[in-house]
Amino acid sequence: MTYFADVRALARKDLLLELRARDTLPSMLLFVAAVFVVFHFSLPSGSSTLAASGLLWVAIVFTALLGLGRAFVPEREQRVLDALVLAPCDRSAIWLAKSLATLAFLVAAEIVALPLFALFFHGLRWSTIAGVALADLGICGVGTFVGATAVVTRARELLLPLLFLPLAIPLIIGGVGSSTVDAPGRYLGFLGLYDLLFALLCWAAFEYVVVE
Amino acid sequence: MIAARGVGRRFGDKRVLRALDFELPDRGFMTIIGPNGSGKTTLLRLCAGLSRPSEGELHVDVARERIGFLAHEPLVYRELTAVENLELYGKLYRVRERRERIGMLLERFGLWDARRERVSSYSRGMQQRLALCRVLLHEPQLLILDEPYTALDGEGAKLLDAQLAELVGERTFLVSTHDPARTDQFATTGLALA
Amino acid sequence: MRRISLPVLAVASLVLVTTALALVFFVVPDDADQGFSQRIFYFHVSIAFTSYLCFGAGAWKALLHLWRRDPRADLESYVAVHQGVIFGALVLLTGSIWAKISWGHWWVWSEDQLVLFLVLFLFYAAYFMLRFSVDPGPQRANLSAVYALFGVVLVPVSFLAIRLSHRLIHPEVFTRHGPNFGGWILAAYLVSQVAVIVLAYTLYRVELAGKRLDVRIRELRTA
Repeated sequence: MTYFADVRALARKDLLLELRARDTLPSMLLFVAAVFVVFHFSLPSGSSTLAASGLLWVAIVFTALLGLGRAFVPEREQRVLDALVLAPCDRSAIWLAKSLATLAFLVAAEIVALPLFALFFHGLRWSTIAGVALADLGICGVGTFVGATAVVTRARELLLPLLFLPLAIPLIIGGVGSSTVDAPGRYLGFLGLYDLLFALLCWAAFEYVVVE
Repeated sequence: MIAARGVGRRFGDKRVLRALDFELPDRGFMTIIGPNGSGKTTLLRLCAGLSRPSEGELHVDVARERIGFLAHEPLVYRELTAVENLELYGKLYRVRERRERIGMLLERFGLWDARRERVSSYSRGMQQRLALCRVLLHEPQLLILDEPYTALDGEGAKLLDAQLAELVGERTFLVSTHDPARTDQFATTGLALA
Repeated sequence: MRRISLPVLAVASLVLVTTALALVFFVVPDDADQGFSQRIFYFHVSIAFTSYLCFGAGAWKALLHLWRRDPRADLESYVAVHQGVIFGALVLLTGSIWAKISWGHWWVWSEDQLVLFLVLFLFYAAYFMLRFSVDPGPQRANLSAVYALFGVVLVPVSFLAIRLSHRLIHPEVFTRHGPNFGGWILAAYLVSQVAVIVLAYTLYRVELAGKRLDVRIRELRTA
């Protein structure tokens, strides 16, 4: 199936670029650690661990934003996107490949961030990890899509958070729900629904973002 | 292969192309000349399918995978090597006997020795030569070249001349240039933009 | 629908809105719990529904643009979304007033509609930021259309999320007795709803005509 071969070739390219540049992943890790420290000082004493769980999701979304801001930089700066668009592959493959690569970085950052969070704020539930896994799919799918949109505009870095955050609100609600509530099943199910709906939408609509 | 009737393109309030009529038959070679800002790049992008005309009709009778487009920028990833770049495009264009073809092109354009170095270490001339490899990799039927000689050094220009001489008459060419004398020997038709 | 002329629409709006105001403020009986000031709720609901209609229309026109390449659809989509945002702002305003009347606070997180409109307002405000940071042309039209479609998917998803979020936030249990839909109350709702829809459509047509004129002038100037 040539579609997946295309996705693999493109994703491989994205991963190679990041391994060579080595700037996005370390920045995300440092950022997340710094944010946790800020949280400690921001939470009033006597706050429950539940409040900290909620803030975990803020940290994840903003760390993801950091990574997403870098996602289309090579394509934009060197206008390589034109060459990719001209290629015979389905344009949605560009989105899927980039999402998968971004997902890889986000998960890599979380592999460090989540244990760190458990260390600083005493504990991590299985449902939190499941929620993070599901929310990551939505964050990367929608975030990559919005990142491509932002990149073709004049405002670029300014526009990415503005476009992304309203779309991320349901993810945060789902995520916080899965972290804090006794019966998280409903929230995990909701996250799955979000992922499915928006993945379909992004997949179908990406063509129109990169082609006139 | 390309037919344009009344083609125009506007960017916001600025009109870059206006009421263009021309035809480029199969296997023809068209040279486009004009001062800076006259819309040469815009026209080439329209023909490549990267942009749509604001008015008029433009018919390009060739499939996307049979078009090779050389832009002002080389359109290669600077942090990848020449081989990695061409491998990527080779896979996306489903080039047969990819490795052999990449090797052949790199050698023809004098990049074989530098093939495992990152493009960021290349000179501008070398990057342009790599761009030519990229364009020729999938044996396109229609070649759209935007000022191909501008970034080339003397050696590269000779290589391009040789390559053009080999392909003219078999492929269709749409070339914009500042120096029409170079392509006069190949051109079958021309277009001047104001 | 395009054959209904603008003056006719304007007059219809005027008549309907006046009738609605009259019904709501003079005919309908006082609400059992909240008295006279509850009447703003008639308009709050009508405006909210109209706002959804506008966003839906914007998304429909966006689909027409992407799918059928209808040349008029981009501008129509933009104006529809614009009307949706204007009425959305009014929802937040009337909702805030109603919250103050009902519960003594200018904002309550327990009202799903209000929170949903806040999220949508943020989303569609970003729509305008997006539109104004791209030069006019096919690319701007495409990006706007795609974003409008995302908005329409976001509405039910956000609504579901907000309902789920009630278990997370400190529960503020505010009971509200639903109005019983007898006679004049129902009539007042219906008339207000129709009045606001017609008003929105009139404003839509006015703005669309103005924008089309702008485009035409620009085309002539750069010919």
